Amino acid sequence: MESLLHSVQGYIYPDELQLQWSILIVLYPFITGLVAGAFILASLERVFNVEAVKPTYRLALLTALAFMIVAPLPLQLHLGHPERSFEMYLTPHTTSAMAMFGFVYLWYLMVVLVLEIWLDFRKDIVLMARASTGLKRMLYRAMALGSGNISERSLQIDDKVGKFITIVGIPSAILLHGYVGFIFGSVKANPWWSSALMPVVFIFSAMVSGIALVMLMYQFVSWYRRTAVDMPCLDTIARYLLYAFIIDFSLEMLDLVHRIYEADESFKTLDFMVHTKLYFSQIILQIIAGTLLPIGLLALVQIVKLTEQARRAIYGAAGLLTLVGIFAMRWNVVIGGQLFSKSLLGYTTYKMGLWSREGLLPAIILLILPFVILYILVQLLPPWDKARDAEVPRAQG
Amino acid sequence: MGTDRRAFLKQTGLILVLSGAAAQAWDFVLAGEPEKAPTYKLLDHWWAMAMDIRKCIGCGNCVRACKAENGVLLEPDCFRTWVERYHVHPDDPGHPEVDSPNGGYDGFPEKYKAGDGSKNFFVPKMCNHCAHSPCVQVCPVGATFESPDGVVLVDKTYCLGCRYCVQACPYGCRYIDPRTETVDKCSLCYHRITKGLTTACCEVCPMGARKLGDLKDPKDPIHDFLKDHMIHVLKPEMATGAKAYYNGLDGSVR
Amino acid sequence: MREWLRDREHMVRMGILFAGALAVFLVVRAVMVPKDFGTYGHFRTGALADNMAHPLVFAGRQACGDCHDDIVASRKGSKHEQIGCEACHGALEAHASAGDPSTLKPKLPDGKTICLVCHKENVAKPAGFPQIDPKDHGDGGPCTSCHNPHHPEIS
Repeated sequence: MESLLHSVQGYIYPDELQLQWSILIVLYPFITGLVAGAFILASLERVFNVEAVKPTYRLALLTALAFMIVAPLPLQLHLGHPERSFEMYLTPHTTSAMAMFGFVYLWYLMVVLVLEIWLDFRKDIVLMARASTGLKRMLYRAMALGSGNISERSLQIDDKVGKFITIVGIPSAILLHGYVGFIFGSVKANPWWSSALMPVVFIFSAMVSGIALVMLMYQFVSWYRRTAVDMPCLDTIARYLLYAFIIDFSLEMLDLVHRIYEADESFKTLDFMVHTKLYFSQIILQIIAGTLLPIGLLALVQIVKLTEQARRAIYGAAGLLTLVGIFAMRWNVVIGGQLFSKSLLGYTTYKMGLWSREGLLPAIILLILPFVILYILVQLLPPWDKARDAEVPRAQG
Repeated sequence: MGTDRRAFLKQTGLILVLSGAAAQAWDFVLAGEPEKAPTYKLLDHWWAMAMDIRKCIGCGNCVRACKAENGVLLEPDCFRTWVERYHVHPDDPGHPEVDSPNGGYDGFPEKYKAGDGSKNFFVPKMCNHCAHSPCVQVCPVGATFESPDGVVLVDKTYCLGCRYCVQACPYGCRYIDPRTETVDKCSLCYHRITKGLTTACCEVCPMGARKLGDLKDPKDPIHDFLKDHMIHVLKPEMATGAKAYYNGLDGSVR
Repeated sequence: MREWLRDREHMVRMGILFAGALAVFLVVRAVMVPKDFGTYGHFRTGALADNMAHPLVFAGRQACGDCHDDIVASRKGSKHEQIGCEACHGALEAHASAGDPSTLKPKLPDGKTICLVCHKENVAKPAGFPQIDPKDHGDGGPCTSCHNPHHPEIS
């Protein structure tokens, strides 16, 4: 506490000394953003018939599910009374965007993700139930809800319902992440957050991060399985990443230009903060390394004809930089919004613990956990099958 | 046979009457009408505060009394009320120098020289018990609320500790009590005002710079206070319906 | 019917699962929502009583006058008349509500320091307020050697 007091600059209201929302609250929108983005990429094939991205369809869904399972964990760790979080289902306050969380989460998890994955994998589940024994067989039979019907007609029905769910899933994904943006954007007390653009920026940066994640996952998984990368698929994903990025960047620039132009009473305070406390995370990590560089790399691929190897290297680099950049964006919004005083006369500091409940290590564990879950999911429900692999033409040099 | 029937009817009658009485009593319980303060009528009051900047001497009595009355931790970031000192240079009113050493709990050691052409004054701050409170608006479960008599209160047994309300308050008057891991803030000494006493901070203010007011009471001096002075609330552009009314609030006050 | 069901039975089973979960949720909700929630607004009405139930620490000046009416009388007409007793004497609810208040006699404030809390000069205090520099005022002894705190004017 003493060291915090000494690192206060200017004047802050006494109660503002410690930050209330920690790295865990940075993590939550990052994770749901990945979920929403991965899903939207998957929906490209299902709803918009972008055939090229079909090889990543199942992987994108499973990735979304793995991250979705982890999504509430940072919130639970953060709450003063996680055992009371069920109250959001009992007496949700309809004027609070946060009250939506329980229902939007449950809807998206159960209806959109679980149902869709179930419908898409059902045939394989039934086949795997028939082909296995003992505990595994019981598990697959349970997952098939005890039904063994995989006739043509039933699979057609699955496909139709699945398509409908995907269509419903798109606005659901927008809601899943848009409401998080609204949680921040509707706080009139905080000039760094309060903006009508906030939900839109969140949604597009979510799409960017989700697409980048699937792009990276696909490259990694292909390398791991020693299978050929479907280059038209990867090229298409990278193109969509570029489009989403351009929209996202334009929106963020619009916000910046608007702030600089209007220069209201909060401007000087925020400007100073961006140039000092947020310099590394905002200017270096988010804007230069995390946005301009990946956009440049992805645009390069569209302009100059490059070899497959070069393109894959660029996509890998761009994907990683993108994820870092989007994480930095969440950091800058959440932490940045609490570094300055609402008196607009001073600043405090964020002291992040290491082992504490809301410290760095729990955050890192929560970032690794979805990959562990994804590994388990992939064992249970392999997102690839030899037949589909064979459909993929060998890549041209 | 006859006595049995009579006994049965008596018993049934008793049960019916008692359950009727019990039902009535249950109504009282449900309505939260506390037997603890049977003479307090919730809907007869609309509480507010009259703060007079011209009278505040920065003695810190209010800060100390509040912590004592409400058992607030002595930590430097747990304040239900605090006092700020402003030092304004006449040629730069947009950039006041403000300080609040330990919230004013230990008073204000002199920092400035007299006669340097500056304007100096104290501003007591507290929860504004907003009529259109943004903190109440954002609570996801209804753990903070505005009572029917105009006091924004916290339900400590229901609060999740999500801290959304802390973010939403424009005045910085909420904090997390580490003992309960829930939010805490000025309760307008609800336990006092519902018994006809005034708040702890008003009780000990030697200058009458802080005065509790009941806007629904036609005889309350707050009506004259509002009429006879140039009145301001903090951050009026946020339209929070703040009910801490200030006389003599300088434009530099944040 | 059997025809229709044959290829859709897995959907029906899933539907039943969802309906079952919803039913369980509604039952749990009916049981767990606090009975007094929502009477006056979106909150648990009992919280009003909870907030009213805190113990008093300060008694309030009315309580002092019940026993110490002589002191109250002595303050009439002085500049300190409107100041609450506990502003200087500290929180006194325990003393006032004790069966025998003399068992909980509050400690007398220190005549050298208590007055300076308000009257030590400070640039931010209102201009008309009586402020002194303790080094320049008096002979260094306690303020009470010249001023009666209950009637501080020196005629």
